Amino acid sequence: MTILSLGIVRGLAGQLIGTAVGIGVSVAVRAAMGLTLEVKEGAIVVGILIGAMGFMIGVGALTDWFKWMRGIETPLRHGPPEGRPSWTRYFGVDYSHKVIGIQYGVTSVALLFLAGMLALTFRMELTSPGLQFLDNHTYNTIMSTHGIAMIAAILVGVGAMSNYLTPLLIGASDMAFPRLNAFGFWINVPGAILVASSMYVGGWDTGWTAYAPLSINAPLGMQFVLLGVFLIGLSSVVGSINVVVTVLHFRAPGMSLFRMPIFVWSVMATSIIALTATQFIALSFLMVSAERALGMTFFSPELTPGAAAIGSPAGQVLLFQNLFWFYSHPAVYVFILPGLGIISELLPVFSRKPLFGYKWVALSSMAIALMGFLVWGHHMFTSGMLEGLRIPFMVTTMLIAVPTGVKFFSWVATLWGGKISFQTPMLFVLGAISIFLIGGLTGPPSGVSVTDLFLHDTYYIVGHFHATMFGGFIFPFIAAIYYWFPKITGRMYDEGLGKLHFWLMTPAFWLQSLAMARVGLLGMRRRIADWDPALGIEQGQLLITIAGFTIGFSMLVFLANLIISAVRGRVAIANPWQSRSPEFQIPSPIPEHSYAQPPVVTGEPYDYAEPESVYIRLGPASSAAD
Amino acid sequence: MRHLLAVVILIAIVTAAVGLLLGPENILPTLASEEGAYVDQLFSIYAFVIAFFFALIIVIMLYSAVVFRRKKGDDEPGANVHGNSVLEIVWSVIPLGIVLLLAGLGAVYLGDTLEAEADEMVVEVTAAQWSWRFDYPEFGVSSSELYLPNGRQVLFEFNSLDVIHSFWVPEFRLKQDIVPGITTTLRLKPTLSGSYTVRCAELCGLNHANMLTPVTVMEPAEFDAWIAAQIDSRALSPADRGKQLAELNGCVACHSSDGSPSVGPSWLALFGSEEILEDGTEVLVDEDYLLKSILDPNAQIVDGFLPNLMPKIYGDTFSQTEIDALIAYIRSLGN
Repeated sequence: MTILSLGIVRGLAGQLIGTAVGIGVSVAVRAAMGLTLEVKEGAIVVGILIGAMGFMIGVGALTDWFKWMRGIETPLRHGPPEGRPSWTRYFGVDYSHKVIGIQYGVTSVALLFLAGMLALTFRMELTSPGLQFLDNHTYNTIMSTHGIAMIAAILVGVGAMSNYLTPLLIGASDMAFPRLNAFGFWINVPGAILVASSMYVGGWDTGWTAYAPLSINAPLGMQFVLLGVFLIGLSSVVGSINVVVTVLHFRAPGMSLFRMPIFVWSVMATSIIALTATQFIALSFLMVSAERALGMTFFSPELTPGAAAIGSPAGQVLLFQNLFWFYSHPAVYVFILPGLGIISELLPVFSRKPLFGYKWVALSSMAIALMGFLVWGHHMFTSGMLEGLRIPFMVTTMLIAVPTGVKFFSWVATLWGGKISFQTPMLFVLGAISIFLIGGLTGPPSGVSVTDLFLHDTYYIVGHFHATMFGGFIFPFIAAIYYWFPKITGRMYDEGLGKLHFWLMTPAFWLQSLAMARVGLLGMRRRIADWDPALGIEQGQLLITIAGFTIGFSMLVFLANLIISAVRGRVAIANPWQSRSPEFQIPSPIPEHSYAQPPVVTGEPYDYAEPESVYIRLGPASSAAD
Repeated sequence: MRHLLAVVILIAIVTAAVGLLLGPENILPTLASEEGAYVDQLFSIYAFVIAFFFALIIVIMLYSAVVFRRKKGDDEPGANVHGNSVLEIVWSVIPLGIVLLLAGLGAVYLGDTLEAEADEMVVEVTAAQWSWRFDYPEFGVSSSELYLPNGRQVLFEFNSLDVIHSFWVPEFRLKQDIVPGITTTLRLKPTLSGSYTVRCAELCGLNHANMLTPVTVMEPAEFDAWIAAQIDSRALSPADRGKQLAELNGCVACHSSDGSPSVGPSWLALFGSEEILEDGTEVLVDEDYLLKSILDPNAQIVDGFLPNLMPKIYGDTFSQTEIDALIAYIRSLGN
């Protein structure tokens, strides 16, 4: 086995070569046209795009399709690659949804750590007033990259959960389009590389929102981010097509829509948004990219001399914000709906009670997904948008509280009268509810336009959306990793370390949220490298930093737990949680072909209070031995 | 029933405690404008709404965690309850009513903040990376700091020379983005004399964090005296006029006059010196070089500084006399 037999190595080489070829050809074309020999931003854009294609060719994500064009059949093969150790399949193109799910998951955790370290770096700087060890430009770059890397981490994490879990939970053998699934994962890698490398090519200073015209004048790193996000968005689109088709066509016999595990409802809702809204951020970022590289004036009110000479109209600054938020608000629900699905999925298992109001919870996800399209203007209350428009956007925004409330009430009603046990996954579910509650309750004050005119762009908002993201994604994602860890690895995680992780992270996060809201209300703005000591927020800033580092440390405990337990944890039984879900009725770790025969659904998913009832019947060959 | 009663009592206690804690007097800075009072009023309503829903969820969750925990050896399942449509409707309709009420109140208050008074004073605000300029057309006065009379409504008219900025004084509560290409407005009536700070609230690039300028709210008589003093200071020498222009137009945000390093070259001892440009050539800093650099900043970038930071607008925004005054000021700082 050589190093080049690993797809990812070939992919990285392909990206490097592709980028060089793209830039080289562009410069050569310039030279042939008799222009000066220099590398303009347009040449770098060509390089970036060809580099991304180089990665996909090198890694092998396009190989089967190329073979089809040449008339070669490529039957799907399962199992580890021939003639190579089985771990190598995780570093190259593999069509098993379980392998792809793990690839997504590891990439997501890696990005979380990268983005988290960036956060701790500038958090350190913000502990006291004055500039200690960062300058303004480095601060802006790190802060902006933290934001976009977290968003990438969350999108990839959503991919991890939906790809690994969806086929298992609906009793299918795999996703509908395995090759597209692999393509969807691998396109994230060149995207993430571009985002991370933006820090080394001049940086950028716009925050993840990339508002024009600041993004049009920003340094070269901006271009890397714009195109990196474009690639990651492509992954979202193809991934969601796959989820929608899989859920609609590959459910086990007898699994009507209202007998699906509730998590499947939430990934359906998420996929509908991702499939229809992602194009808008892609469009807005491409337009900024084109305005920078080609001088097309979409957003900037100042025309280039060439554009002015032909009488082109000036660009519209607010157009960017409309396009951007038309995706980026619904995107919030892309991030949190799967997490809320995990909460609803795990609560009944650890309460030994049916999910309260299953249909209400299921349809509330759909309601949030659809209503989410009508609220983007609430990010623009201060923007100078038409004054009257602030009222309808305020009303639609406030209405989202209703389906969200249905979820909260159904969760506590599920707990009520249960027989609750508190293993680590359940602790993180309860922690998620409490933190998502902070996010939820800090929302309406910023949804009412008058008070948003005060709160907009302050640290209060920073506290609000971090609570939403942690409660709606990070905590449930962690709960899911602990919960399905035995099915993935065949071993149990360490319960003591898991509880330590929880008891460090949850109080720290509470403290961080409240302190962020507090300093924001006192006048601390978002995205500033330095703050005014006259605001009287020293204590709050110090608390945020302490909390941030505690969260960081707890994540190291988490990582250590995962790695150590995967190697030498206690061997797991098939169904450690006495779950009714189909994937817990087959052995741990889950075999290559999850279900030897398609399972048949004969009951309701969450009838934990009726021990005699059966949700799913497996074929005799599928069952776990114990 | 016993459980329900306990929960109701706990929710009442937690609601009261958290609600009092979240009162606007505990969490917001001093209030200094009439329009900002609507924000504080809404916050006093939020306090108890938030406290109630917080208590409702947290109390039931923690109470269940204690009372309904599984005891050792108890393998019985929980209660066989699948849902309750009446409850679902209740907890949809009540929050619906509350959020619609808040939105309605928000809409009415929003309208109130937009109301103009007859004697309002216009202040034209020009924001640029990374400076503020305030023009008082009523008096023909300009300033780089904001001075306002207490008790008179001000109509701010905002324009940006480059990227988006945002005008925010936390004590006045309301903020407004300043968007290149359009003029945005905001009305505020100061109600408390004192010193505050305008803080740019929209990320505007390199020095965004430092885009601050003082606000002084004064009693009307003091304000009139300030205006009179500004009008008197017009008969200035070219160098002093240049200094004033440099401060008003934000030149000093990037060019220091004391030799300290910044985004652009310091003006101290600049005139008459020899500078090395990006391409390695040397240039003597004289009137010609300064004029060229003001009109076309990218033409001759001094080594160690970045192009594309300084706007290329000053040929349009300054008159010839003003540019001469600026050059005279820079010359006065030279060797």
